[in-house]
Amino acid sequence: MKRRDFLKSTAVIVAGASVSLSALEFVDPKELLAANPQLRWGFLVDTHKCVGCGFCVKACKTENDIPFEANVTRTWVERYVIKTDGEVVMDCPKGARDGFTTKLLDQGASGNRLIPENEIAQAFFVPKLCNHCSTPACVQVCPVGATYQTADGTVLVDRTWCIGCGYCIMGCPYGVRFFHPVEHVADKCTFCYHRISKGGNTACAQACPFGARQIGNLKDPNDPVAQALMNQRVGVLRDEYGTKPNVYYIGLNKEVR
Amino acid sequence: MVEQVAQMIVHGEAWTIKDLFVLPNEYVYWSIQIVMYPYMTGLVAGAFVLSSLYHVFNVEKLKAIARYALVFSFALLPVAMMPLMLHLMQPLRGIHVLMTPHFTSAISAFGIVFMAYACIVAAEIWFVYRKFIVESIHRLEQKSNRSGLEKILLPIYKVISLGAMDLSSEALESDHKAVKFLAGLGIPVACFLHGYAGFIFGSVKANALWMTPLMPVIFICSAIVSGIALCILSYYIFMEMRKWAAKRGKNWLLPDALAQGGTAIPVEQLRSIQDHEVKMTSKYLLIFMTLAITLEVLDMIFRGYTAVKSWDALRMVIYEHDFMKIFVYQYGLGNFLPFLMLLLPGLTTRRAVIASILVLFGVFMMRWNVVIGGQAFSLTFAGFMEYHLPIIPHDIETFKEGLGGALSVIVTPFIIFYFLNMIFPAFMSDDEAH
Repeated sequence: MKRRDFLKSTAVIVAGASVSLSALEFVDPKELLAANPQLRWGFLVDTHKCVGCGFCVKACKTENDIPFEANVTRTWVERYVIKTDGEVVMDCPKGARDGFTTKLLDQGASGNRLIPENEIAQAFFVPKLCNHCSTPACVQVCPVGATYQTADGTVLVDRTWCIGCGYCIMGCPYGVRFFHPVEHVADKCTFCYHRISKGGNTACAQACPFGARQIGNLKDPNDPVAQALMNQRVGVLRDEYGTKPNVYYIGLNKEVR
Repeated sequence: MVEQVAQMIVHGEAWTIKDLFVLPNEYVYWSIQIVMYPYMTGLVAGAFVLSSLYHVFNVEKLKAIARYALVFSFALLPVAMMPLMLHLMQPLRGIHVLMTPHFTSAISAFGIVFMAYACIVAAEIWFVYRKFIVESIHRLEQKSNRSGLEKILLPIYKVISLGAMDLSSEALESDHKAVKFLAGLGIPVACFLHGYAGFIFGSVKANALWMTPLMPVIFICSAIVSGIALCILSYYIFMEMRKWAAKRGKNWLLPDALAQGGTAIPVEQLRSIQDHEVKMTSKYLLIFMTLAITLEVLDMIFRGYTAVKSWDALRMVIYEHDFMKIFVYQYGLGNFLPFLMLLLPGLTTRRAVIASILVLFGVFMMRWNVVIGGQAFSLTFAGFMEYHLPIIPHDIETFKEGLGGALSVIVTPFIIFYFLNMIFPAFMSDDEAH
């Protein structure tokens, strides 16, 4: 082999190898997400589209191994009934796991309540889930750092490290956290991190027949969620706590708590 | 099938009754053990502050009860951790709080503050009892036929003496200085230990009832009140037991006499010490009670006056759901009645003791009303939760977080104290200790 050929082929091999190796590193999702500041997961709920079928709750429980019979859930749907006299009556039987199949409103120990139709001014449904706050109270109060925020903004729980003190459950202003009945550690919505980090959709958004739920990248101006935030009037829940929530609602009433 | 369903009872569901609109994941997650936790740390801090009144500020009148309060505070110390361990869903991981603390969390300070405080109390006891330890070693060594208990005690004393056998007057003088320094250092640390327990609650911004900067201060004041009250009560009970036992020669009730060999104090002397100490201590109880009640009432008035969004729900809880617990049990029976009892002239020992029992009950109810009351309303302010203490346990969880767990927390310090009293006699009558 001539020296010239040797140098030539060496250059080709090195260049080829470095390109393919860098590509290998490039597709490592963890590296990609951590290093890429262009990604911030957010969620958009269009309350006008929600009909309270509860498919999202069912799908979430199935996807994330939250026991179906347990009275805790990572996401739920609330029903609001506003009467003509201004009274607001709300309910959320079993987190709306089975949907709202009756006109009776579940009032806990006070029993069921039926509001005559002529007294109803308006009624609507509001789905809820973890807000994956930018300054999450739960992460702040965790004494062992078992709850943490990823670089792309989701708030997760390390099941192997959680001591089960319940401080995060107390610290969350949205009541999205609970003790997992089987794992006996704190649990909450992860935005289906195992799916979205591989390019998939969240189980709830996928199950919603009316497109009321949408996950998206708030940093991408072409993302439908980011565009909706720019072009539409949206609200967030309980911003007075300073947690900077990232679940946005279209058609949020002042009655929604 | 039954087991499957039982397993699906989520934590908190067994003792929570929801009314009106409560979010699906909301339960009374922090139950009786979290009531016990600030209560027990409060007792530790209060007992220590009482002992420091003598050691730092030279309140001579409190001399006898100060030594007792110090040893009792040490016996209470490990028990302050017990409710937390009983409460944790993963108790085996409890050590993570010490090993991997996450410093933005108030709880992570626990390891550092608790350990520092434990070291201070242990060191102070060591300096207070050093002379006694050395003398005991000499006494036991000279004895030719040692009893079984003395055979155990001698090596214990030898180890805890740490080889410091110097009993010269200079050495004792420096012991004295060390005690004073440690007792002085211990007061802010004890207040911090408990103030931070208040901070754990006061800093939860999601909870409308807890979130107030007054919380740590209220906790410290009520801690000192309850600590002093428990010292008065337990001192009285132990003294009564000792009187009873001394008359009848029942040495098993006198662990120190059992261990140190017949140094029981004559009954008459016991009675005069007891009367004197109980009455003196109740004066200090009165001072700290005034402070605690003032702060608590200030907090309540402030909430009602500012009446922010949460006040509608809080008012329902305070004036309706928990009216009996707050105004009758906590303020009425637990604060104003003992306050009057202590204030009226001609204070007798018995009256002081009854007042102390009421004060202890009042502080317990205060903790209850803060911890359970803070979870009595939904985050939506549109629903309420009622807590039912599990009395008869049907599984390990309802035992741990029920009456059984609470009682084991209450009983344990007395068991520890019984054995600790053998090593460090808390009721020594003479001037051999500081």
